Amino acid sequence: MRRTSLTTTLPLVLAAAIALPLAQGCKPANTKSAVTGDAASKVFVPPGQYDEFYNFVSGGFSGQMSVYGLPSGRMLRVIPVFSVDPETGWGFSEETKPMLMTTHGFIPWDDSHHVEASMSDGIQNGKYVWINGNNTPRIAMIDLKTFRTSSIIEIPNSAGNHSSPFSTPNSEYIVAGTRFSVPMGTDAERDVPIETYKENFKSTVSFIKPDTSNGTMEIAFQIKTPAVDFDLSHSGKGPSDGWFFFSCYNTEKAHNLLEVNASQNDKDFIMAVNWKKAEQYAKEGKGKMVPGKYYNNSYDESTHMGTSKIGTEVLQLDPKELTDLLYFMPCPKSPHGCDVDPTGEFIVGSGKLAATLPVFSFAKIQTAITNKDYEGEYDGIPVLKYESVLQGEVKKPGLGPLHTEFDDKGFAYSSMFVSSEIVKWNVKTLEVVDRVPTYYSIGHLSVPGGDSKKPWGKYVIAYNKITKDRYLPTGPELAQSAQLYSIDGPKMELLADYPSIGEPHYAQSIPADLVRPNSLKFFKIEDNKHPYVTKGEKEARVVRDGKNVHVYMTCIRSHFAPDNIEGVKIGDDVYFHVTNLEQDWDVPHGFAVKGAQTAELLIMPGETQTLKWTPLTVGVQPFYCTDFCSALHQEMQGYIRISPAGSSVPLSANTKSVDAGL
Amino acid sequence: MVTNKKFTLNTVKAFALMGITAFAMACGGSETPATGGTTTPAAVEKTPEAAAPMAGLITADEVSLGPIDQGMVAKGKEIYDVKCQACHSLGTNRVVGPGWKGVAEQRKPEWILNMIVHTDAMLESDEAAQAMLEECLVRMPNQNLSKDEAREVLEFMRTLEAEKAS
Repeated sequence: MRRTSLTTTLPLVLAAAIALPLAQGCKPANTKSAVTGDAASKVFVPPGQYDEFYNFVSGGFSGQMSVYGLPSGRMLRVIPVFSVDPETGWGFSEETKPMLMTTHGFIPWDDSHHVEASMSDGIQNGKYVWINGNNTPRIAMIDLKTFRTSSIIEIPNSAGNHSSPFSTPNSEYIVAGTRFSVPMGTDAERDVPIETYKENFKSTVSFIKPDTSNGTMEIAFQIKTPAVDFDLSHSGKGPSDGWFFFSCYNTEKAHNLLEVNASQNDKDFIMAVNWKKAEQYAKEGKGKMVPGKYYNNSYDESTHMGTSKIGTEVLQLDPKELTDLLYFMPCPKSPHGCDVDPTGEFIVGSGKLAATLPVFSFAKIQTAITNKDYEGEYDGIPVLKYESVLQGEVKKPGLGPLHTEFDDKGFAYSSMFVSSEIVKWNVKTLEVVDRVPTYYSIGHLSVPGGDSKKPWGKYVIAYNKITKDRYLPTGPELAQSAQLYSIDGPKMELLADYPSIGEPHYAQSIPADLVRPNSLKFFKIEDNKHPYVTKGEKEARVVRDGKNVHVYMTCIRSHFAPDNIEGVKIGDDVYFHVTNLEQDWDVPHGFAVKGAQTAELLIMPGETQTLKWTPLTVGVQPFYCTDFCSALHQEMQGYIRISPAGSSVPLSANTKSVDAGL
Repeated sequence: MVTNKKFTLNTVKAFALMGITAFAMACGGSETPATGGTTTPAAVEKTPEAAAPMAGLITADEVSLGPIDQGMVAKGKEIYDVKCQACHSLGTNRVVGPGWKGVAEQRKPEWILNMIVHTDAMLESDEAAQAMLEECLVRMPNQNLSKDEAREVLEFMRTLEAEKAS
């Protein structure tokens, strides 16, 4: 079963049957009919030249984030985030293991859905990106100086961190809304029958405070909400700055057979949160500290070390006691995407089972709140009147609307999962002006800067859920498919397909000029504060500490020091602390030892990384450099002798300095 | 966080220059591989002297050698221990690169400084450097020393005099 973020009930066969007649001109949906003459020249980036945009794409069930260049679609890098990566040692090296720690223990995988870019005044600034872990609720922060994960924070009182990690206009906060309602509190309060859902289950939205000076995060506060499933969210901006909007489904409060039972109501909600008010309540001490255990892991690039802090409670705000925090706006039907236009005035809800796209007006929302223009309450939270807050509806946009992005010319682009198309419409007139087929079954879509105050425009990328016949077949399992369209002209134009890793959900595209100048080339060895650093071969040594043997090792083209080690016994744990003494760009060294049950290390210039190795057999085992580094790379190797437990072979290492011939 | 401000600045300048050049070319309609909006790796990744190999090198009149400065020698030795020692002995034997004993007498000071600071340019353009590469077969890494640091290393080298024939 191919995984999607949808809960649609329509089988794919039916979806495809609907898609074909809807495609423009009823032509067969294939490449030949879709691409026009000069598409190739628009995506061709000559060898040695650079792309215009960095495209940061969620890896879905791969748990990682991939980075592409646009418009070429060339893959530049896969950043390890929530999943272990033996290629780089992420999650295997002693330094990175703490990054994947949670209250459920060491978790080597997650399902990463949405990428958000750091912003100043609502405009991408190219400093950081965030991505959510959906399964074991977490948010990761990635530093674009190093393209590495700088911190991962677990979200307490959450289950299924889907509605995340969206940012306020100055990245004051990153949000995390729970997809599943859950019982919260003490152990006794959480150990309840599932059928008591309506009495005992609650939801939360958390506001995470990032520190952009060092890439760390803290939980600022959490708002306890009625039981709904939060799906997606976006921050207000401009006039709506200070507000956040979350799409909600399962207002039926179903706890089983959700496919049917959570699709009963004609309208669910978009929840409007006055986060400036929430921030004020939090500052005034009006919240309560409630139980909520979580890990907060961060990586320090000077010690080259990840560390975990454990939190045990969070500041929670209860809207039943604190007024003016939350309002519900009815939205048809099981809304998925919740997107705010660049002006900040319009909020688009995409009801995935709905026949129209409602567009809400922020000004009307404010008037309705002032006039208490309510149609009722949901668990004590005011529900605003649909007609009072509605700007208008985009009529018959397509089937299965999911997400909307915006360009710099006043147009919106909505993805239609069921009818497999992108629909372009005018934000002011709400008229559909163009539509193009996608291959096949589009989920998210992304315009560079398309959820910010300043879209860069130029392209829209479709992230499709179904690949089928788009590429040479590779058996039952296929790469997923992204498609790049030009949006420069009045008509959208398909330019290229490119395969992607995992299942790409949301993505961000950032102008290369905002990111590239800050890209770090190597770590300065002088600044290396790793507790086991070896600053020069003269410090290379082997130290026994009980059953632990610490190898202080250096590498440079093309040798290790020490390269012969003896006196290690069965029952010992060997820690290879390998420091790369190189001080130039793109000269990593790899380190692998025979029989390592973990992975290799890939050590960047100036960095120290540690591989723990527990030898199980007596004998002499080799180690070598895995990353071809010079003409004498194949000579970059060494031996470690393992003796039986109780052996009297003394600990020794060949750290004979190269100037011994003096 | 570790940054290399100097390098970044150079990079930005180099990029800006190339950007202007590329734009001018594009406007002139000439058939050049460089197009507006994108740049060649040479423009971005290499230091300016690499783009114009001999132009940026340190010249003889930029270096003056006085009596040995022990303060500089000590700093030079410290840098050597971390960044150079893995490949260069203090004797005459070659490990990865040549031993340093007597090297300050064999080579001109500006040649030594250029090998340290402008490693890639030297390996691409200097015959003596290329001869060393043919012998050692490992490209000397650019260890990203500043000019001042390189000068301190040179001062340390000056203390490693060749043994006089008896």
